[in-house]
Amino acid sequence: MADLSSEFLGIKCINPFWLASAPPTDKAYNVIRAFEAGWGGVVWKTLGEDPAPINVSSRYGVHYGQNRQVLGFNNIELITDRSLQINLDEITQVKKDWPDRAMIVSLMVPCEEESWKAILPRVEATGADGIELNFGCPHGMPERGMGAAVGQVPEYIEMVTRWCKQYCSLPVIVKLTPNITDIRLPAEAALRGGADAVSLINTINSITSVNLDTMSPEPSVDGKGTHGGYCGPAVKPIALSMLSEIARSPVTAQMPISGIGGVSNWRDAAEFIALGASNVQVCTAAMLFGFKIIDDLCDGLSDWMDEKGYQSIDDFCRMAIPNTTDWKHLNMNYKRVAVIDQDNCIQCGRCFAACEDTSHQSILKTAKNGGNEYTIIEEECVGCNLCQVTCPEPNAIAMVDIDTGQEHLSWLHHPANPFREAK
Amino acid sequence: MKNNIQSNRLADIEIVENFTDIAPLLTDKQVLVASERCLFCYDAPCINACPTEIDIPLFIRKINTGNAHGAAKEILSANILGGSCARVCPTETLCEDACVRNTLEDSPVSIGRLQRYAVEHLDPARGYPFTRAAETGKHVAIVGAGPAGLACAHRLAREGHQITIYEAANKPGGLNEYGIAYYKLVDNYAQQEVDFVLQIGGIEIQYEKALGRDFTLQHLRDTHDAVFLGLGMGATNGLNILGEDLPGVEDAVDYISELRQADSLSTLAVGNNIVVIGAGMTAIDIAVQSKKLGAAEVTMVYRRDQQSMGASEHEQELAQTHGVHFVFNAQPKQILGDENGIHAMEFNRTSINGQGKLVASDEVISLSCDIVFKAIGQKLHPSFLDQDIERPALCKSGRFAVDESFQTSIAKVFAGGDCIKGKDLVVEAVDHGNKAAQAIHQLLQQGDKL
Repeated sequence: MADLSSEFLGIKCINPFWLASAPPTDKAYNVIRAFEAGWGGVVWKTLGEDPAPINVSSRYGVHYGQNRQVLGFNNIELITDRSLQINLDEITQVKKDWPDRAMIVSLMVPCEEESWKAILPRVEATGADGIELNFGCPHGMPERGMGAAVGQVPEYIEMVTRWCKQYCSLPVIVKLTPNITDIRLPAEAALRGGADAVSLINTINSITSVNLDTMSPEPSVDGKGTHGGYCGPAVKPIALSMLSEIARSPVTAQMPISGIGGVSNWRDAAEFIALGASNVQVCTAAMLFGFKIIDDLCDGLSDWMDEKGYQSIDDFCRMAIPNTTDWKHLNMNYKRVAVIDQDNCIQCGRCFAACEDTSHQSILKTAKNGGNEYTIIEEECVGCNLCQVTCPEPNAIAMVDIDTGQEHLSWLHHPANPFREAK
Repeated sequence: MKNNIQSNRLADIEIVENFTDIAPLLTDKQVLVASERCLFCYDAPCINACPTEIDIPLFIRKINTGNAHGAAKEILSANILGGSCARVCPTETLCEDACVRNTLEDSPVSIGRLQRYAVEHLDPARGYPFTRAAETGKHVAIVGAGPAGLACAHRLAREGHQITIYEAANKPGGLNEYGIAYYKLVDNYAQQEVDFVLQIGGIEIQYEKALGRDFTLQHLRDTHDAVFLGLGMGATNGLNILGEDLPGVEDAVDYISELRQADSLSTLAVGNNIVVIGAGMTAIDIAVQSKKLGAAEVTMVYRRDQQSMGASEHEQELAQTHGVHFVFNAQPKQILGDENGIHAMEFNRTSINGQGKLVASDEVISLSCDIVFKAIGQKLHPSFLDQDIERPALCKSGRFAVDESFQTSIAKVFAGGDCIKGKDLVVEAVDHGNKAAQAIHQLLQQGDKL
């Protein structure tokens, strides 16, 4: 049995799965249910100054797949809408009752030193293991000068982080907003401010749909909508990319990362860890399926680690980073082509439509036995993967390596590159 | 008449085709589609409908996230015979009947077939998924190597106890080996599964050792720390009508056993015109298998109406698609024939009277036939306890009475499976074996403390 125990910034817990700061961690009742189910830790729903904000009714908008699977949804909720003291009291009690779980407190107060100076000791007094600075909330709070409004200005990040390190002895995690052009800049600012780690990504600015009868964006509040924070499986690719940018950057490479963004199952978690995360935070999957998904997260990760021979999370953490590079370093002499397995092909012709209409005309359609047979014209195939992407069958189209007999050649050294470097 | 009963009614190739796996292993794509349909329900009705309470949504999620090995472990930790249950359970009346997808889509998640897929994907390269605790020095006797006995043995072996199973037949498996329709459990699966169970270690099986014939219950009690009786039912019910003893009147259970043990199915003699008495799963199994062996006419006759049948709708459909006729409301009157065989069976038409009781009328229906299979249930015939002075009490239905921990009226003697009252399902027998094992383990631990 692989060891799933996790240590992040010295905070030990039974597994690397934390619930992200969000409704599932809004109060003791939920958090206790989560711990009973087996979650390793929580980032308590963001605390702010009293009076607590008031939420609107109608809060989530959804983006469905064809069969009503939730690809992603967004929310227009604010930080906790309960008073600070109630939250602090509950945090104190829960941490006392569950010492082997991580308790991180998410915070968001105005960008004034006094505000931070006031709240930090009160949070520290709860016995919590660390704090996470919510510089990411993309809706509502930025209009009041908080959340993403801070996260989009590296100087503010640095300043607030510094205050936190000054007025609090707990580890500081800075949660980053993806609503920015280069994720490395806020990460570097956090580092300069003395942050112990970053967590990412927070939710993405989004409008999930428009009601075509009322012409209101969803979620609709009395006929009007606003952009909300998008989350769920759909945001995973964006999160992975941003995560890898920070893990690869020489400036921030040493910074621990708590990975967030559409982690739905153990496989997603393993991918986040391979690309730089030391642990992962989950929210949407729990909101869609309940806390019990922790069983699949833990067992699946453990079974996979056993299969691969990894003893601990550290054994494969960042293992995909050396293979994540800039385009200019990719081997231009590498060739792969599609191969269609006729036994598994159901002759839907989707690959042909895709290739013939939109790509490289490298699939041949031949009439055969009253139907169509599709085969790859190897000389024409550029190995783009589109046919495999469109194929509804998991085992019908394989992408196969072709041995070109040529040495590795990147654009850096390619003869066609007018700015090529000497090898 | 006897010349009507013959082997090789069909070509070998036809027989082989007829008896192939009725619900083959799903393909990867089918599994993808089927597992995607599971909603991961809260307080899932399917779990509540499974006697062994397998965490069905969790194992399906594990399959769906590419961890079929983990799914198999999940299943087997609740039900060590999860592989055969996936094949032989009447899922349509258990987990799949409870699936919420039935409500608006009229089609449940294919739980049974997903379970089979998972168990077949247990990766042997990753080692045996269970460990045996340190030897406790306690020794438990189990009578019967059927589903109940095997499940009980495995649980106890995991706890470190030593188990001896006494099996009357020369092979283990019980119902799975001798009593399940051939096409539901192909490729000698029952034996493969027993081998898997025994891998835990600490379980010895002694074959051709029958209670009452080779040893007494008292002897087992004297030589072991606890006893579990999982010996099934054995005896079949009789029709008690004229002609029942004529050649050509057979027990369905015996014939199915013979069929399952036959080296070559085409050498099995089968009638051409068959009457099956009964309306349960065994009746369906013998009717369908008779058809598959090449019988021209197979008629199932039941004294009540179709709604009262023990066989599920799914099983009834299976019989009907194989061309089996149903006759309802007909009660056996007599079987006609002589020492050379039978040629017809007569029934009285029945109806339900004002008091809701089944009554037979004078109206007689006659069906010509050369074989009559009796499939009207089995009973426990505890003559094997004749030499014992102290015997476990029986309940009203004539089987062993047990308390909630599956202990009989005799201390440290437990019972489960078909020899106690229940639905007579493999999965239920496993549940009995599991629970009895827990109780026995507790008892043995207490013994240590005393």
